[in-house]
Amino acid sequence: MIGGLFIYNHKGEVLISRVYRDDIGRNAVDAFRVNVIHARQQVRSPVTNIARTSFFHVKRSNIWLAAVTKQNVNAAMVFEFLYKMCDVMTAYFGKISEENIKNNFVLIYELLDEILDFGYPQNSETGALKTFITQQGIKGQTKEEQSQITSQVTGQIGWRREGIKYRRNELFLDVLESVNLLMSPQGQVLSAHVSGRVVMKSYLSGMPECKFGMNDKIVIDKQGKGGASDDAGKSDLGGGSGKQSIAIDDCTFHQCVRLSKFDSERSISFIPPDGEYELMRYRTTKDIILPFRVIPLVREVGRTKLEVKVVIKSNFKPSLLAQKIEVRIPTPLNTSGVQVICMKGKAKYKASENAIVWKIKRMAGMKESQISAEIELLPTNDKKKWARPPISMNFEVPFAPSGLKVRYLKVFESKLNYSDHDVIKWVRYIGRSGIYETRC
Amino acid sequence: MTDSKYFTTNKKGEIFELKAELNNEKKEKRKEAVKKVIAAMTVGKDVRYTFSDVSCTQDCEDPNPLIRALAVRTMGCIRVDKITEYLCEPLRKCLKDEDPYVRKTAAVCVAKLHDINAQMVEDQGFLDSLRDLIADSNPMVVANAVAALSEISESHPNSNLLDLNPQNINKLLTALNECTEWGQTFILDCLSNYNPKDEREAQSICERVTPRLSHANSAVVLSAVKVLMKFLELLPKDSDYYNTLLKKLSPPLVTLLSGEPEVQYVALRNINLIVQKRPEILKQEIKVFFVKYNDPIYVKLEKLDIMIRLASQANIAQVLAELKEYATEVDVDFVRKAVRAIGRCAIKVEQSAERCVSTLLDLIQTKVNYVVQEAIVVIRDIFRKYPNKYESIIATLCENLDSLDEPDARAAMIWIVGEYAERIDNADELLESFLEGFHDESTQVQLTLLTAIVKLFLKKPSETQELVQQVLSLATQDSDNPDLRDRGYIYWRLLSTDPVTAKEVVLSEKPLISEETDLIEPTLLDELICHIGSLASVYHKPPSAFVEGSHGIHRKHLPVQHSSIDTGESPVSGGPAAAMDQPHVIPSQGDLLGDLLNLDLGPPVNVPQVSSMQMGAVDLLGGGLDSLLGGDLGGGVGGSPAVGQNFIPSSVPNTFAPSPTPAPPATSSGLNDLFELSTGMAITTGGYAVPKAVWLPAVKAKGLEISGTFSRRQGHMYMDMTFTNKALQHMTDFAIQFNKNSFGVIPTSPLPVHTPLMPNQSIEISLPLNTIGPVMKMDPLNNLQVAVKNSIDVFYFSVLIPLNVFFVEDGKMERQVFLATWKDIPNENELQYQIKDCHLNADTVSGKLQNNNIYTIAKRNVEGQDMLYQSLKLTNGIWILAELRIQPGNPNYTLSLKCRAPEVSQYVYQMYDSVLKN
Repeated sequence: MIGGLFIYNHKGEVLISRVYRDDIGRNAVDAFRVNVIHARQQVRSPVTNIARTSFFHVKRSNIWLAAVTKQNVNAAMVFEFLYKMCDVMTAYFGKISEENIKNNFVLIYELLDEILDFGYPQNSETGALKTFITQQGIKGQTKEEQSQITSQVTGQIGWRREGIKYRRNELFLDVLESVNLLMSPQGQVLSAHVSGRVVMKSYLSGMPECKFGMNDKIVIDKQGKGGASDDAGKSDLGGGSGKQSIAIDDCTFHQCVRLSKFDSERSISFIPPDGEYELMRYRTTKDIILPFRVIPLVREVGRTKLEVKVVIKSNFKPSLLAQKIEVRIPTPLNTSGVQVICMKGKAKYKASENAIVWKIKRMAGMKESQISAEIELLPTNDKKKWARPPISMNFEVPFAPSGLKVRYLKVFESKLNYSDHDVIKWVRYIGRSGIYETRC
Repeated sequence: MTDSKYFTTNKKGEIFELKAELNNEKKEKRKEAVKKVIAAMTVGKDVRYTFSDVSCTQDCEDPNPLIRALAVRTMGCIRVDKITEYLCEPLRKCLKDEDPYVRKTAAVCVAKLHDINAQMVEDQGFLDSLRDLIADSNPMVVANAVAALSEISESHPNSNLLDLNPQNINKLLTALNECTEWGQTFILDCLSNYNPKDEREAQSICERVTPRLSHANSAVVLSAVKVLMKFLELLPKDSDYYNTLLKKLSPPLVTLLSGEPEVQYVALRNINLIVQKRPEILKQEIKVFFVKYNDPIYVKLEKLDIMIRLASQANIAQVLAELKEYATEVDVDFVRKAVRAIGRCAIKVEQSAERCVSTLLDLIQTKVNYVVQEAIVVIRDIFRKYPNKYESIIATLCENLDSLDEPDARAAMIWIVGEYAERIDNADELLESFLEGFHDESTQVQLTLLTAIVKLFLKKPSETQELVQQVLSLATQDSDNPDLRDRGYIYWRLLSTDPVTAKEVVLSEKPLISEETDLIEPTLLDELICHIGSLASVYHKPPSAFVEGSHGIHRKHLPVQHSSIDTGESPVSGGPAAAMDQPHVIPSQGDLLGDLLNLDLGPPVNVPQVSSMQMGAVDLLGGGLDSLLGGDLGGGVGGSPAVGQNFIPSSVPNTFAPSPTPAPPATSSGLNDLFELSTGMAITTGGYAVPKAVWLPAVKAKGLEISGTFSRRQGHMYMDMTFTNKALQHMTDFAIQFNKNSFGVIPTSPLPVHTPLMPNQSIEISLPLNTIGPVMKMDPLNNLQVAVKNSIDVFYFSVLIPLNVFFVEDGKMERQVFLATWKDIPNENELQYQIKDCHLNADTVSGKLQNNNIYTIAKRNVEGQDMLYQSLKLTNGIWILAELRIQPGNPNYTLSLKCRAPEVSQYVYQMYDSVLKN
């Protein structure tokens, strides 16, 4: 298991050093500093073995976190633990910085004692930890309160404490997707996928049981046999085709979701943590709505001139607006001057980035816009042709390019007197560009 | 208020002050002081003397469970042997505490105590208490107990400390659904050490583990993958569930690649193993391993490795386009690896070789120094795989000669020049230019240069005599390196003794290099599969390589399907797949030694026509060798054994080893027999060979009697013959020729009989064969017509080749392919035979047949009969599929053969019959 944990600042000075095992000597702290932090070369691996001691490290801004061991530990677990530790620290005192760490070092040691016992990761859910690791001390708790804490920390629902109360039961659901594309100059899709996340902010009283439903093909097909699906009549929120269901390649869930239930019934049921967390991640590759189509036209006029015309077409409902649109058109290294004309937005040649950057603040669906540029080239005797890097795009659209739709999110709390209808629910879809490229 | 001020105090007498403050009556002051002590410890100051003042007054009897737990946790941290005895009673209480938080903390405390005083923990029965906790009602208590027991058992002589039985497994699986992500990881890691008793149990565990593949925590996912990968071994490969499970493994592995870079790295290192073990899982997913421009370098390098492993004819175009892209990146290591990858693609996917070569040429044109050098190294390997195919590019390579400054690249270029010396006009000038700074070169370059110049000399003897003399003297006289000297002497003696043999040895056809490189050795791979997710899987090393002391003393093995392999055997299945990965087995050292000795010890060589080459060689002897060889070598050879032994190379240099023995020992001298003895150990047992039969009786051949047989050894076919001279005069000038035949069999080398065959003498000859000759269908199919010539006459005879010499080593079909092919071949092609009077069990049968390259792909038990499904492939690419039915108690087996060319079936059946009965 984990033998020790060190936190360093960017200079390699130790901020936190917690050793759990005897086999980790004091020189381990220095070994990592000398061999990794002060190494001349760029870091070549997140796992380093120095004199039969293994160091796992992650970096957050300019702070190094390193876990040390001499055993054959579960490597994935060590990294997941380090990430988790960062989350916990952020939840307690905000950004992970040298100052914040120094200001909270007693708290950090206390946390490290609790979430790592003899190097074994223990419950590290912030919701639970905050009930009993405070800087105020835990005096004055009643016996019930104490046993409530211990049963929560060790229990099945370690991520939520009992007795949460809100006057207004509210939840916010964000479907955040990033759409990735590689397209040939002729408009053929070479590869496309969406990686999405469902992020939830819940402010609910008690221990609510939630059930989340989306237009997952497998579920819809199952229900289709039994009766008419309930969203058949609803208008679609997105701008794309009116398809009813989507095929999800793979998804992963927050630990609150009952996985065995998902495996057998494909239903997503859970008792949510309080506040913000990521309910699920998913990936789709089929029937993706590509919000923009880029049509490039590059013409070489002699050896010293290049004419570029790029048309972008928005491919979603006219009532929706895309924002923060940016098209990046690469230019050859020997560019001497560029003249641009665009119908909409602003375009600029950025010599330092070897690209023309065209920005449009807003654009409605089913529109098109065009930019043309004349690029003057310096004559060179370089035989190698310009490799023509792809044209890339950035944007944000108010729908999910995967076609994912939230069908319901039901809340049941049997002990308290509020029902599903009393919960105010907000759903938002945001589609962003990932790596969205068109070859030219 | 900030706490950072505690880090800034740095006064003299600090410890003294701290001690005073710790004993201050004000609580606030004491609290401050404790913080200062902790801060001082963090920065590495020695504050031991204050410890006695930080008193630990917490009590295990406190009504607050948090305090009780804190007490038991702290107790374990007092790592002083003497104190531990006082901890036993409170710990025992805490293990049975009513509060789960206290119990889960106590469970870990047992592990702490075990680390200090293992004997005491056992004597006090704490291990039993831990085992009891596996049945605890609280999932976290279960998880911690499992974690503690797992760690203790790693260093414990009784590896089954956890007492994993079906009841306990069931408890673990129940807790798995309820505990924290870390607890799930502990439990899954523990489950992976369990060996289910049968496939049904394995399947039911797998069914309960698969939901974990959707967990957001990558450690849970990887540990679940480990359990599934291990238990897959136990599932019947043709079952639906097996295939469903394989399909389920791919998406979660792909998803791991969208995590944070460090986890991606761990995942990729593991995927690298999984792809080698079960390539079918990810073969469709190559695109996800394409490198993104902002991936950290360690992710890029790993992705590249996996891309090459997944490269196939289907995706090679995409892969090449990507690799070409990568070769223009900035990171030198990455670019080099990308260039190397292009070469590996060429070697792996033959259809792409041409495209790869032209891509490499494009890269060479960029003139980026390290790209050029890396490209030349891989082009050498491409030449070794596809000889005489791309030599048109040599001119381009030669243009870059001056820019090569790395030993690898220089050696590669020299090798190419030597190998293709006859086609490079100025090969001698090129090699000579390297010779100038001979002693400054690395050993690798020196050795290659020596070989290259010898090759050049053998190809163009007239112009390069001086050069070869120069390099030989540089290597033997001016160098201290034993390898270089030895190799120099070997060449020198070879050249001076018998230039014709020298030519055969040095310029012989070399075995092609194998397709897959960098594969992890199969037993290690199987062990690493048992360590998926752990550091061992990241390092690709067994834990013993990086873990000190007693931890991890138990080596892990993949479980073995109980039905098919006897329990007595080693549990790790190296498998035939392992052996097949290296189809070109290097001839054993013994062979080579025997061979070289033969040159010294054999009678004088009779070369019919004196070539200019030999003249050159005789000239050479005027040099330094005379004194070494005792002076009389130039004429008759036959140096005394004592002298000869001086020249047995102390080690056979690397580049020498891969060349096959062109002429096996042809003498029957006593010394040679001695070497045969040592040789025997190195040769792996080959397939079944029919005992030698007389092919040509002496009465029909004017006194020459030939008896022989065919055999297949280490992937090569041989015609093993005994020539006996029963006439009264000696015989010379032997030669052999084959008529066109069904399989295109021709001898690889001339008949290795160089010495006259004296009356009443016999010699053993092993004639290597290959199947690249002209083909003509014979009747019977395996008929071979042979003509043997000697100084007396020409004799003809015909023999039947037992079909098993044509069974190639890579005749193992993939299971799915087998099923598809079996269905695909029309039923009228199926022929049935009876193998009578055979009393072997199914496993022995498989083993015997496997030695003859008949591979068992699946075994099923249907109504008490064993059904073996087998495949084999002939040298001409014909596949034969077989179903062998063995009924217990019935000595007659039924063999059904399916083949697209059913005419061979009869001969295959004959082979089955003879193999099984011998």
